[in-house]
Amino acid sequence: MTTRISREDLARRIAADITEGSYVNLGIGAPTLVANFLPADQEIILHTENGLLGMGPAPEAGQVDPDLINAGKQAVTAVAGAAFFHHADSFAMMRGGHLDVCVLGAFQVSQTGDLANWSTGAPGAIPAIGGAMDLAIGAKDVYVMTDLLTKTGESKLVAECSYPLTGVGCVSRVYTDHAVFDVTPDGFAVRELFGDNTMDDLRGLTGLELIDATASQGGN
Amino acid sequence: MIDKTVPDVASAVAGITDGATVMIGGFGRAGQPVELIDALIAHGAGDLTIVNNNAGNGDTGLAALLAAGRVRKIICSFPRQSDSWVFDGLYREGKIELELVPQGNLAERIRAAGAGIGAFYSPTAVGTQLAEGKETREIDGRTYLLEYPIKADFALISALKADRWGNLVYRKTARNFGPIMATAATTTIAQVDEIVPLGSIDPESVVTPGLFVDRVVAVGERAWLKDGEFVGGVDLEGRRLQEEDR
Repeated sequence: MTTRISREDLARRIAADITEGSYVNLGIGAPTLVANFLPADQEIILHTENGLLGMGPAPEAGQVDPDLINAGKQAVTAVAGAAFFHHADSFAMMRGGHLDVCVLGAFQVSQTGDLANWSTGAPGAIPAIGGAMDLAIGAKDVYVMTDLLTKTGESKLVAECSYPLTGVGCVSRVYTDHAVFDVTPDGFAVRELFGDNTMDDLRGLTGLELIDATASQGGN
Repeated sequence: MIDKTVPDVASAVAGITDGATVMIGGFGRAGQPVELIDALIAHGAGDLTIVNNNAGNGDTGLAALLAAGRVRKIICSFPRQSDSWVFDGLYREGKIELELVPQGNLAERIRAAGAGIGAFYSPTAVGTQLAEGKETREIDGRTYLLEYPIKADFALISALKADRWGNLVYRKTARNFGPIMATAATTTIAQVDEIVPLGSIDPESVVTPGLFVDRVVAVGERAWLKDGEFVGGVDLEGRRLQEEDR
């Protein structure tokens, strides 16, 4: 049993890699946690697909505005300097490569950077894609935030995705509860190990040839 | 004199025929033209094709239109939500057809229809199941899918205020699909909280120019506003909070 970091610590770790001045879209679910750890003294602008740049935290009770929601249809606020726009403009921001970073969840990521995060292909399931395919191919950097293993212990990092794809070759980095992986032309490179995880542990868990890039990161 | 105002929601939805394609604005509940949808249900048109981002929430608005059995097909990006039980039931019983479109392609296909674009190439969904059957082309080393416009016979949208020329101002993220749907329908019908005198909307603030709008109807101020100012005191569905919840 190798050590894992908590979802909050992972969110904190991702937040530390987002630089001041970035325009960022945080996907529905766990990636929204990253917002809690963005430094308050830096200007990092959050985009939400339903037409807002400059998204702020949830409002206090009694201050919920049904006209001011995020992509997950939760109540949010707008920070000073925020802008509203219609849907075609919002997706032009993604598709046009204007967002610096998006953080998405995943069912699987392949070693060539393919992302599967919208459907397990289960029979009878109602398909729903939302903005995931547009986000996956749009941002300059697509980060995935996920547990390394499924609840049943299978690796979410795979040689080739078996679930329906969201985007091809679109993921740049995967932040997991065990380690941080970069997608490189030669496959996954381990950038940072968490806790007492070793390269051999990760190779065992994923069944993949992994490049050891931890030394080149200078222990940051 | 140009006067696009109509006296009530029944007149606003007059002429919507069986088999029509109807765009309905809104993202979830935000910007959903609930009063116009209720009027459409009362009006009775059926066999409709609906274009919306979602497939209804709870039992009101679009969900009520679906529950009334008026919708043959829905074109949307995200039908499956925690409160989409009406759609879920109809879909599982095979009583409604679904065309699933990635949200950005949905928006751009609507925009293209309104802008007179015959078709366009989009990188979204390349290499996925949703690319099946679509023409592809490589441009400058990147692969794109050919996407066609989505136009409609009617668009039902919601905005904050209008003048009698149909100029529209929206409110916050309730804007969402309104401005593009307004351009993409033969007849665009906008419900607004208030119709204001011509000239009282700053031309710099007009989001949808009246040219795109055919009918406007005032439906009264939302529960969370007073004289145009946000006062809160509601939940996400716009229902007034009980005193103890505040």
